[in-house]
Amino acid sequence: MAIKWFKKKGTKDKGRTLDPELTNTKQTEKNGNDSKPPYEQSMAGQPCEAPAPVASIKEDLPETESKKDNKDVKTGFFGRLKRGLRKTREVLTSDVDALFKGKTALDDDLLEELEELLITSDIGVKTVMDLIERIRSKSSKIKSPEDLKAELKREILSLLDAYTPTEKETSRHNPHVVMIVGVNGVGKTTTVGKLAARMTRQGKSVLISAADTFRAAAIEQLEIWADRAGAQIVKHKENADPAAVAFDSIQAAQSRGIDIVFVDTAGRLHTKINLMEELKKISRSISKNMPGAPHEILLVLDATTGQNALTQAQMFHDALGVTGIALTKLDGSAKGGIVISICNTLNLPLQYIGVGEQIDDLQEFEAKQFVDALF
Amino acid sequence: MFDNLTDKLNNVFKQLKGHGKLSEKNIADGLREVRMALLEADVHYKVVKKLIADIKERSLGREVMASLTPGQQVVKIVNDELTRLMGSEHEELNLSGTHPVSIMLVGLQGSGKTTTAGKLAVFLRKSGKNPYLVPADVYRPAAIDQLRKLGTQLTVPVFASTPDMDPVEICRQARVAALKEGCDTLILDTAGRLHIDEELMGELGRISSAVAPSDILLVADAMTGQDAVNIAQSFNERLDIGGVVLTKLDGDARGGAAISIKSITDKPIKFVGVGEKLSDLEAFHPDRMASRILGMGDVLTIIEKAQAVVDEKQAVELEKKLRKNQFTLEDFKDQMVQIRKMGSLTDLLNMIPGMGKMKQMKNFQVDEKEFVRIEAIINSMTPKERRTHNIINGSRRKRIAKGSGTSVQDVNKLIKNYAQVMKMMKKLNKGGMRGMGRGMLPF
Repeated sequence: MAIKWFKKKGTKDKGRTLDPELTNTKQTEKNGNDSKPPYEQSMAGQPCEAPAPVASIKEDLPETESKKDNKDVKTGFFGRLKRGLRKTREVLTSDVDALFKGKTALDDDLLEELEELLITSDIGVKTVMDLIERIRSKSSKIKSPEDLKAELKREILSLLDAYTPTEKETSRHNPHVVMIVGVNGVGKTTTVGKLAARMTRQGKSVLISAADTFRAAAIEQLEIWADRAGAQIVKHKENADPAAVAFDSIQAAQSRGIDIVFVDTAGRLHTKINLMEELKKISRSISKNMPGAPHEILLVLDATTGQNALTQAQMFHDALGVTGIALTKLDGSAKGGIVISICNTLNLPLQYIGVGEQIDDLQEFEAKQFVDALF
Repeated sequence: MFDNLTDKLNNVFKQLKGHGKLSEKNIADGLREVRMALLEADVHYKVVKKLIADIKERSLGREVMASLTPGQQVVKIVNDELTRLMGSEHEELNLSGTHPVSIMLVGLQGSGKTTTAGKLAVFLRKSGKNPYLVPADVYRPAAIDQLRKLGTQLTVPVFASTPDMDPVEICRQARVAALKEGCDTLILDTAGRLHIDEELMGELGRISSAVAPSDILLVADAMTGQDAVNIAQSFNERLDIGGVVLTKLDGDARGGAAISIKSITDKPIKFVGVGEKLSDLEAFHPDRMASRILGMGDVLTIIEKAQAVVDEKQAVELEKKLRKNQFTLEDFKDQMVQIRKMGSLTDLLNMIPGMGKMKQMKNFQVDEKEFVRIEAIINSMTPKERRTHNIINGSRRKRIAKGSGTSVQDVNKLIKNYAQVMKMMKKLNKGGMRGMGRGMLPF
């Protein structure tokens, strides 16, 4: 670990002085100025073609670039969410119904089975114990699966509602800067791509900052996403100083009058102090250019992650002051129950959930609908 | 959160003084703690249930050993049981079959397949093979580029896949290409996929029957929660995997998924990923994993690391110096360099039992830069000063501080610390050096 850190540090100066990068940035800038609504310029056909100047591609095929068919685009938020969570719901619903088979009241066996159900959703032992205790105290009122479901929903909602969702005012800052952080492999880059597409669709101009300079081909991956989303991108070479990339991105965004900037950072385990310090440095370099920025720090968590997600959230929060959480990979069979504990203990809002690999498979999270879709 | 299980159990068993027998009544509370610890470590609920039942049976009626407290006794039983469950020995990669052989990597998105492919290439080359990397992930943007870059970095040939090719076709063609390149072992890096995605799981089946890989490794994230069971089961049913690679073990996840996967599939964990460098792939040791899951630290690895970097001759030399009280600032620096060779201090501390708790304390962290500073300060001293620290007066301190880019206070602190160590040494020398391990100095 120490060695890696030194390596990174050693290459910093190189990254700073790379002229080709600066020219590259300028070029994109020029292209970015012939501004049609970015939505209409977006979405190149081939996912892996050579990175072309983003804004010059004019095709309005927002979804068709994906490899798999995408019939239910128009089913709206609820339908998509339900589709994404179908598996989860099937498991939980059938189980809750099965629990009550032939029974008329809540007994200890049933509570134990309920405990198993909740624990296997990764909700976490302590939270489950609390939930079970609360259900137990109301056991006299619960006579049917419906009662139990309603009670569970209410209890889980009360945990999720512990925070007050902040009204996002992205237009107040110019640009509004969002930094995306998380451990390796949770889906940060994909989330950035999806977020960018979401914003361009709302008619906002978006700039993506490729501050993951460590992982091989992370920049290329992000370029393709930027291309699909119709967003601009600022990048340096691999192994450049990520803080420098972020700094340049803010500068570019300011001079181009960009509405929103997404800073994609390299995945890092929350236990690596040096890398966490690097994140703080990126944040500082952003605020140097724009006091008050970054305005949002979005922590990306993987729904398949177990109890460690809580520690992750805690450590990233301590280091940077996380403002929201995006929970990805909810389209699998993992239930991501740990977010309930996270929201509850850290008082952080769960803002987005990722329910698929399509560019529009990122949903804004609403606790009530989430819990409704769950049971 | 990561309280040491032994401490917890000792608390539970406090009332159980003396060397009684473990009875159903007095282990019930203890087992509740064990259950919590396992669930918090992400071991699957059903697996925990079975484990607890087994452990209960094994511990009932056992004499509490004279040397152990009841708590330690239970932990020992739990530890043994976990180790047994995870398989007692390390299992090697299966490389038998007609040349060229293939190793197929499968797993969910973001579990670390591509990185593992690179690490495996390093591992294979070390064991005298000629690896050939095959990027078969045509879905994720730039996944092929990522493996190609790793290949260039390692000077390992990479098959020239393109995103418009069919993954099955890629793997088939790669076999022929590998032979032309003179390579004997293919590493197939497949796309990440959800285990419930019928279409993509079918594709894996087709790849597997097309190239008949000699080993299929499921790459799983050590942080995986309860779902590990479903994931492992689905992949195993489809592909009959040969083993598991557990990645991201360098974090602080307890890795209960290891037990879940093993107990569901009965397939060995063959490797663990322990860092971002391409050399950070290690053989899996079941016994150490057991202690980790129980939150008891990993002393064995520390000892091994120390053995790897501490020069035996140097250590003897040093011991002599210590005896004669000739331990100079120069030696102090050498010691520090040696310890730093073992890796970052934070990593080392994580392996020490009980340290997990300390880390929870606010502001507890080791400043790695401190070492750089100390080294700089000592480097800025004259040889004479390093040998006899007593001559370092005010003006010398000022000079040293300037030379090392630190402050006079830093220099003062170092000299004070050093003087303290010397004092300690003197005391220890009077009492004999037997208590001290070779080459491992307290400071």
